Formats: sequence, C-alpha cells, structure tokens
Amino acid sequence: MHLEHVDVEKVLLYNLIFMLEKDEKKIIKEVTEAEYKYGFVSNFDTDTISPGLNEDIIKTISKKKKEPDWMLKKRLEAFEVLKTLKQPEWANVEYPDIDLQNIIYYSAPKKKVQLNSLDEADPELLKTFTRLGISIEEQKRLAGVAVDVVIDSVSVSTSFKEKLSELGIIFCSMSEAIEKHPELIKKYLGSVVPAKDNYFAALNAAVFSDGSFCFIPKGTHCPMELSTYFRINEAGTGQFERTLIVAEEQSYVSYLEGCTAPQRDENQLHAAVVELVALDSAEIKYSTVQNWYPGDKNGVGGVYNFVTKRGVAHKNAKISWTQVETGSAITWKYPSCILKGDDSVGEFFSIAVTKNHQQADTGTKMIHMGKRTKSTIISKGISAGKSNSSYRGLVKINRNAENSRNFSQCDSLLMGDKCGAHTFPYINVNNKNSIVEHEATTSKIGEDQLFYCNQRGIGEKEAIALIVNGYCKEVLQRLPMEFAVEAKNLLEITLEDSVG
Amino acid sequence: MLRIQDLFCTINNTPVLKGLNLNVKAGEVHAIMGPNGSGKSTLASVIAGDDKYDVTNGNVEFLNKNIIDLAPELRAAMGVFLSFQYPVEIPGVSVSNFIKIAVNEKRKQNGLEPMSSTDLLQEMKKNLELLKMDSSFLSRYLNDGFSGGEKKRNEIFQMSMLKPKLAILDETDSGLDIDALKIVANGVNSLRSSENAFVIITHYQRLLNYIKPDYVHILADGAIVKSAGPELALELEKKGYEGIIK
Repeated sequence: MHLEHVDVEKVLLYNLIFMLEKDEKKIIKEVTEAEYKYGFVSNFDTDTISPGLNEDIIKTISKKKKEPDWMLKKRLEAFEVLKTLKQPEWANVEYPDIDLQNIIYYSAPKKKVQLNSLDEADPELLKTFTRLGISIEEQKRLAGVAVDVVIDSVSVSTSFKEKLSELGIIFCSMSEAIEKHPELIKKYLGSVVPAKDNYFAALNAAVFSDGSFCFIPKGTHCPMELSTYFRINEAGTGQFERTLIVAEEQSYVSYLEGCTAPQRDENQLHAAVVELVALDSAEIKYSTVQNWYPGDKNGVGGVYNFVTKRGVAHKNAKISWTQVETGSAITWKYPSCILKGDDSVGEFFSIAVTKNHQQADTGTKMIHMGKRTKSTIISKGISAGKSNSSYRGLVKINRNAENSRNFSQCDSLLMGDKCGAHTFPYINVNNKNSIVEHEATTSKIGEDQLFYCNQRGIGEKEAIALIVNGYCKEVLQRLPMEFAVEAKNLLEITLEDSVG
Repeated sequence: MLRIQDLFCTINNTPVLKGLNLNVKAGEVHAIMGPNGSGKSTLASVIAGDDKYDVTNGNVEFLNKNIIDLAPELRAAMGVFLSFQYPVEIPGVSVSNFIKIAVNEKRKQNGLEPMSSTDLLQEMKKNLELLKMDSSFLSRYLNDGFSGGEKKRNEIFQMSMLKPKLAILDETDSGLDIDALKIVANGVNSLRSSENAFVIITHYQRLLNYIKPDYVHILADGAIVKSAGPELALELEKKGYEGIIK
C-alpha cells in the first residue's frame, strides 16, 4: 500500500510549490514574493585572501592548507592547463564572461576547525546550522547520517567518523585525506575528471580548497547515508570543492549533498568537481539537493553553478545519480557515467526546477564501453516565470559495447507561457546489437486537473504539489528516506512565507 | 439544501444559463435531462465553483449560504461533490493517496483530526467491495490508463469515501455497460439517506430505472422548462425533447 509514503513525498515537494501557482499572474506574483530563505550572512571571523588568480595565489592556498609538494605540483599543472582553455559557450545559457581575477579563492572560518564535538564549535557556526535547519544532534538522532559541512571553502565538521572507521570506511575532508591518505589521493584524484577535461574542471583542480573524501573498503556495505552540506558565505568568494568517492570491490555507499548560499547582488561562482570510482561489483548512489541562491526576481545575483560530476563503473558495478536542482542563477551540470566494465549499470534521475530568470542546462552523459552495459535516464524539468530549462544528454555506445541498452525519458512541465523547455539529446551508437530508446514529453499543468482537485476539497497549493509530485514521482522515490528529513529541514524556511 | 434562483452565467461572454431555478431538499433525488448544449454540465460546474464560468446574475445557496463567491475546495468541504463527466488523469498520484488527501483536507476544513491510515484503508476496502472493484485499484495512478467505465466507478468510489451532502452526477451513466450501470446505481442507492441529496444529469431514462428520482427536470436553452415526477422521463423516452419542449 502506498499510503505510508505520502507524507515524505509531500515534504519534498513543498520546495517546488512556492513557485508553482495556478495561473500566470499568480505564478509571477507568488514567485516574486517567495523570497530565498537561506540568504542570511553569518559573521564568522574568517581568514580570507585577496582576489585574483596567479601562481602565487595557488601557492598561498596550498601553503595555508599545509599541503605536500606533490599536491602543489598537481595544482600548478592544472593552472597551466587552465591557461590553454576557454570558457565553454555551447550551453543554452547566457551570462557575461566570468573574470577569474575578481574572485577570492580562499576563505575559511578562522577558528580551529577540527572538532571532536559540537560544544567546541564556533557559536556563530552553530547558529548558521540552526538557521539552515540542520541540527546535527537532531540528525544523529533521526537518521544516523554522517555529515560533513563545507562552509566557503573549508570543511568544518564531520561526525560519525569513529563509527565509520571501525569498518575501515574513510569519510573526511579532502585536506585531511591529502594529509593522511596520500596514496589513495595520488591514485584516484583526477583519475575520472582530469584537469584538462574542461575549463571549470581545470580551474577547480588548480584552486580547490576543500571537499569531501570517502573510501569504502572491499566488501563493505556502508551502514549509513553519508552527507555533505556546502555553503558559500563570504562575499566575492568562489566555492571550488572537490569530492572523491572510491568504492572498492563489492562495496556499497549512498552519498547525499545539499547546498545553500547567502543572498547577494553579485554572482558567485561555484565550480565543483565530483569523482566517483566504483570498482568491480560496487554500487555508489549519489543524491543532490541543490538550493544555491538563484538571484532575485529581476535576475540580479545568484550562484553560477558550473559543476563537473562523473563516475567510472568497473565490471558489474553500478553508479546512480539522483538530483533535485531548485537553486542557482545558472546551472551547468552533467553528472555522467563511464560504463567501463562489462555488465556495468549507470542511472541518472533528475528534477530541475527553474523560475524567474533562472537558467538550467543540465543532463547526463552515458558512455558505454563494456559489453552488456545498461543505462537509464529519467529527467523531469519544471519551468515557471521567465526561466529556461534545457536537458542535454549524450548516450554513446562504443563499438565494443555489444548488447548494451539505454532508456531515456525526458519530460518537461511548463507553468505559464513565458518560460521555455528544451531537449538536446545526442545519441551515438557504434554497433548493431545495442538498443537505445528515447522518449520526450512536454505538458502544462492543466486548469482541468486543478479544478478536479479543488472539487475534491484540495486547495490550490496542495493540488499543485500533488500534481507536480506525481509528475516527479519516478525521481523522488529514488531519494533516500533520510534525505527527505534533511530536505524538509532545509526547505522549511522557504515554506514559511509561501504557506502562511 | 440547494436553492438556485434566477441564475445567469456566461463562458467567454457567451450566455449559457439564462435564468435557471432549482430547489433541492435533503433526502431528494432530482434528475436533470435535456438536449446537448442545453447547459446541463455548465450547471454542474457552476454549482461546484468552476471559475471558467462567470455568474452574471442570480444566487446559488447551499445549506442556506450563498456560495457564489466561495472557492471550490470550500464548497467541497461543505459537502458538495461533483462526479465529473470526463474525470481528469493525474499520473504519478495513486488513487489511495489522492483520496487520503481529499478526505483529510475536508476533515481539516471542518475542524476534525485526520483519519488514520488504517481506518482510511478499511473504509476504502469496504467501499471498493460495494462497487465490486479490486483493491489493486488503490495503487493505480488516478484515472491514468483507466477505461471509461473505470473512471466513472472511480468517481462513485470517491463519492462513497467523501460522503457528500449534495452529489451531482454529470452523465455518470454514459460509457457504462449494463452491469457497471447496476453496480454504480447500487452504490448511489446505498448512500442515499434523508440527510443528503442527489442531482443526476443524464441523457437516458435507463439509469432512472435503477436510481428512482423524486423529480425530473427538463433543461433547455439555459433554463428549466418543465418539472414533474419520474413519469416525465418515460414520457421523454417516447416523445423526445421536441415533443415536450414546444
């Protein structure tokens, strides 16, 4: 029976409803009235360097982080690569060129960040958590989620580390990993997304300041959801975090990330890199709720979210990306799977919501290399206001990837008549015995559907939530239960205005 | 229970209802018949509160309250139910989920606690049996891929869960085979009481063999032109509308 799932789904959908209203006038009204609720600035004492990008800045970052020479060398190599690359222009998004010299590449809360318990934390930091709705104690109690919080550039808190280490699982900040597990970092960092991959990947490789590292040893089923929150706080800073997850043979891990940023008139750059390595028969599930500041109703400010996410699946391994993208002025993001080993599986489930002047160009790449590899793509776009949302996806089946299969479904839901939805599928099949299917639909929330719900006693907001919920069902049901709790906390403040 | 006085309404500035009057008391069943385009479905929509239609004159009173300016969900909470002629599909929303929300929203409006899932499920099972529907029905998406007959049964199923004071059945019988018709009629009859009332819109006298109306009205060109007992439906069957509306 499905009754028990109802409330969880409803909770997740509440973040969508404030922007989805019955008719165009109301959409615009409600959307413009619904303010971003994570726009506060916390006043920590921070250690911030001057803006600009050059070798000295990179050396400073590396030095501040007390990195070994090999790491600095990697950074400088990436910087050399960056100089040869240009900002990509092919995406269906518009923005002025980003001047890398105007960005601050390092900013960290000054207080010593290695914490053994919450009592040691900066009270201002704890206040930030509370305002974000993330009470770490509550999370421990509720879900047993291990959390790593990255504010501006530096990882400030991890919990559950000891419990995990008993199982041989490493879950720590990237800085700590570079210091304590150099052999793993040398082996895997940049192995999936090399610096030369693209402009923003090269930038990230040169200047990344922290991020999360996760290692699951052979045969281990990680007993809890691992989770990271990212937050940009300092003005003028970019956030360049780096995440690396390595799942050894026959292991399993589910990983969640959430993000917010203060409300500022300037555009902030977020250029992250996420690399996943799933060795033979391993499974990695990676879920994201992205809620960066989207800019105001006139399109001023907001985060540029230019992220490279990619995973390699070895023999019989499985990589699954699930994302709920509601924030950012511009989203440019294609979580991808390289299905390298025979019988490996890649999945991509996405909900992307845009409103006001938001632009999203998002999708996935499934590269089939091994025999009998399978991939599934389910993309649900929702556009409101004057926003534009594009799905861009590549399905490539190499000659040797015999008997491989892909199924893609790209749906778009439009609210009002000033928004746009676009689908750019790229399909490239190089053998005769593989099967690729692509389905796409575009629909509008109908007045008839709303009236039907109203007649049953269900008011407008509830009705829209219900319809959108149904529309997104295939993706929402992929999210772990714990995420629903976190998403609720993260989105609660958003709700206050739109419901009350 | 329902009192409609001198009701005029338009859609896109085209007049549809032109001075309609109707009185329905608790415990009564009224049948409304009339040729295509006479305004039957419009009447149903206006009572339910569809804002596609502009009411330009007249009153609709329900339980002694003028409901013309009341939102449709509030009318529903007061006990108005419309069985749609063309029920809409809502993919991804299961029948049970939809009914749970509908039932609890109505309870909330009336200051009641939400019904527990267990109680709700029991009630659903009971009503499914009454309508000879399989319980697998509950996990299907609302009207998504339903046959015409299944959609209509689903309407009556929802009615049985929401227990309205006033139920308007808009051509619930069209698209039903004779067995389904009997089952639906049986469902309606089992809900009849001295506390509630039914307005049944139909083209055919057939349904009225199974649900006995107290009154039959003929609607033509936006107004009720003739009202009588059940015998009017039989007369209509013989003579056709032209024979009756002179």
